[in-house]
Amino acid sequence: MFPAPAPSRGGGRFTEAVNSMNEHDGNLLELTGISKRFPGVLALDNVDFDLRHGEVHVLFGENGAGKSTLINVIAGTFGPDSGRFLYQGREIRKLTPHQARVMGISPVFQEFSLVPEMTVDENLFLGRERSRFTFLNKRAMRAKAREVIAELGFNLDPTRKVGSLSRAHQQMVEIAKALLTDVRLLILDEPTASLTEAETIKLFALIDRLRAQGVGIIYVSHRMGEIKQIADRISVLRDGRKIATVRSDEISETELVELMAGRKIEVLFPHVDHRPAEDLLEVRNLTLASGSVKDVTFHARAGEITGIAGLVGCGKSELIRAVFGLDPVESGTVLLYGKETSSFKPTAMLRAGVCYFPSDRVAEGLALARPVRENVSMAALDLPEFAKGQVIRRKEEKKTIQDIVDRLKLRPPQIEPAVGRLSGGNRQKVVLGRGLAREIRVFLFDEPTVGIDVGAKLEVYELMKLLLEMGAAIVLVSSELPEVLHLSNRLYVMHHARMVAELTGQDINEQAVLACFFREDAPNAGSDEVPAERAVASAA
Amino acid sequence: MTTVAIEPASVAQPKLALVSRALRRIGFLPALLIVLIVLLVLFEPRFMGMFNIFNVARNSSALLIVASGQMLVLVVGGFDLSVGAVIALTSVVTAKVMAVMLEGAPEDVTLAIIAGVAAGMGCGFVTGLINGACVAFLRISPFMVTLGTSSIATGVALLLTNGIPVYGMPDAFVKDFGRAIWFGLPMPVYVSLSILVLVWIMQRRTTVGRYIHAIGGNVQAAMVSGVNTNFYLILAYTLCGMLASLTSLLLTARLGSGQATMSGNLMLESIAAGVIAGVSLRGGVGRVEMVALSALFLSILTNAMNLLKVNSKIQTIFMGIIVVAAVALDELAKRRSRSAREG
Repeated sequence: MFPAPAPSRGGGRFTEAVNSMNEHDGNLLELTGISKRFPGVLALDNVDFDLRHGEVHVLFGENGAGKSTLINVIAGTFGPDSGRFLYQGREIRKLTPHQARVMGISPVFQEFSLVPEMTVDENLFLGRERSRFTFLNKRAMRAKAREVIAELGFNLDPTRKVGSLSRAHQQMVEIAKALLTDVRLLILDEPTASLTEAETIKLFALIDRLRAQGVGIIYVSHRMGEIKQIADRISVLRDGRKIATVRSDEISETELVELMAGRKIEVLFPHVDHRPAEDLLEVRNLTLASGSVKDVTFHARAGEITGIAGLVGCGKSELIRAVFGLDPVESGTVLLYGKETSSFKPTAMLRAGVCYFPSDRVAEGLALARPVRENVSMAALDLPEFAKGQVIRRKEEKKTIQDIVDRLKLRPPQIEPAVGRLSGGNRQKVVLGRGLAREIRVFLFDEPTVGIDVGAKLEVYELMKLLLEMGAAIVLVSSELPEVLHLSNRLYVMHHARMVAELTGQDINEQAVLACFFREDAPNAGSDEVPAERAVASAA
Repeated sequence: MTTVAIEPASVAQPKLALVSRALRRIGFLPALLIVLIVLLVLFEPRFMGMFNIFNVARNSSALLIVASGQMLVLVVGGFDLSVGAVIALTSVVTAKVMAVMLEGAPEDVTLAIIAGVAAGMGCGFVTGLINGACVAFLRISPFMVTLGTSSIATGVALLLTNGIPVYGMPDAFVKDFGRAIWFGLPMPVYVSLSILVLVWIMQRRTTVGRYIHAIGGNVQAAMVSGVNTNFYLILAYTLCGMLASLTSLLLTARLGSGQATMSGNLMLESIAAGVIAGVSLRGGVGRVEMVALSALFLSILTNAMNLLKVNSKIQTIFMGIIVVAAVALDELAKRRSRSAREG
């Protein structure tokens, strides 16, 4: 009934890992001429890549440039069509994910390889359980899990079910899992995307420690700041080809972006003319049933971008989700165009001209298998322009959607391909197109540029600008501080479910926002820098 | 795990709170089971009759064995609609093989029994293997695969018998095994309890159990973690098929004939037992001890309806309602408190 156990590896502590620096003076990893073709795309085109012992090598590039394909090849998810793969001086063929892990290649992907129904320690040891004759040694595993988690400085309970953890904590489990055994090559795919500042600092300290031990680290990120902070070398990919590998201290941010985009990008943030007019949306004393938003008051005016900044998990996303009717409201009022609304339902909100754009475009925004056309018109089919009774007016639909797609500069500018075949930036444009398909006056953006590249970001910002000129009110919720700092006319700051400040004009700067984040921990810090701030939460 | 300890502090609390607290401790299903039994004992004297108790024990044993197999498949995120057909096919094949062997060599009873049992178990093994392989390698939806194999197995069983019961099994198999009473209880009770213990150990204490749960929870994660997902998928379906065959052997031995119409409602009941026991239809969650309780519950419920002379057609309708209600309740409870679930 029970098959023989797979030989279980006694995973040493990750701190004991890798003393092979002197064994091989050569590179830890050396890829030559790697190509990989997927149906319809050449994802990697003759790419060379190498990783030394004890270095952080950043992979940089737009979405669809081939970064994920490359790290998947290295992690053994799929093999390359051609090219040489040398690891620790040995040529590797037909690598499987399991083999890769056994050899010390540990990937931490954005798509978590965790089982939500299982506990943290069960997940950590998945596939390498401590066992005797297939009987599990649970106590040993739990003790080991505690030890590793403590060593990482993470605040994690090994007995909790992974599905009940926040994304940030799941990320920590994923990292802990990667470090449980002898790791020689660590792959981190945008690891900070869901971590808070404090956790990011811990992660970087950990990366430094691993680097000192000779672990080679491949780090994928879009965030310029952290790239400059931790990278030793940077490889830039574009359209499946490697453009350049440069030392991090020899290149400026601007040069890096130019390499990536293949064109000159003068400004990251366009200049936005705010012409604040009447209040379109007003939220008073809103409290959510989940408790993630407490007594929040804010308003958004036509012709300006109202930013909401805050750390991950502060409740800013839940706030606008609730306004659109996606998260249940406990108390409070929402006024649209000066009139109180009582029906918090997406259908009613759309009819009233309010549209929400989710941050998780794949899970909440798009039907990937359906064409662009259907995805864009999805939220507007109740309008007479699109349907007569229940019958869709195909010709009008095509015309209107093509028009929108052209305005969004979708690439390719076609309306029939399935959305699943588009890159991240283009998918975001499709979601945004929905706001153009019907008359929308209040745009609620939830992390609109997360996971999309610089070029596409700029286009999203340009679109916002266009919307403002058309007299829309934009609410921009973002964890990316530079984004809200540069684009907002007024900037609200949320902290621990409450609105703690409203900043305007000169007060919109990094120090002021950060001061709001950390004020509770250090009551005296930062009070001088933000004289004009206004406590909104307490104002009834 | 299901002990109720009422601390002195809680006695002072209002009665309702106490009840709901106790209910949470014991769990909804055991509480329901207790209520059902108490009602039957109080109001239906025939329930406690020796014959009736044996009947319930036999029925729930059969259901428990099929349902624990079904649970394994549900846990890997699948479905096995073919268990009913496997039961029918096993019954027919076992009886036929034994009868033919005895005809040729009437004195070789042991050999005939061994051959018959092996052939019967082989039916479940092969069907399960085919189911698992199609799901694992061809990535066909479990629903379609098992619906197909179910049709095939039923067809073969009917073809072999033309729908006529197969007689001629040795007495050693029927009287001495199938209808045996060991230590005051019908033999199937011991078989099913052994299966319960074995599956429990496998689930809780072995890597096999852990991998089966991991695959149901997140196939991708299991694969990346180096779990041979195809092997464990096939294993789950194969075990399910073999457990269905085992059930069939017990039923066939008791009836004394191989019948192509043997399974009755067992396929639906096995899924119902799983769902009522809180096995997730999305995979990853399920405990065999709860499945055992739920099998017992369904058997007693059916028995109660029989005692109350509820029309058998209405019973079928009732079973359907219970399945849908159980899934709906599970879904509602999940929505109300996502994090309050205990593992």
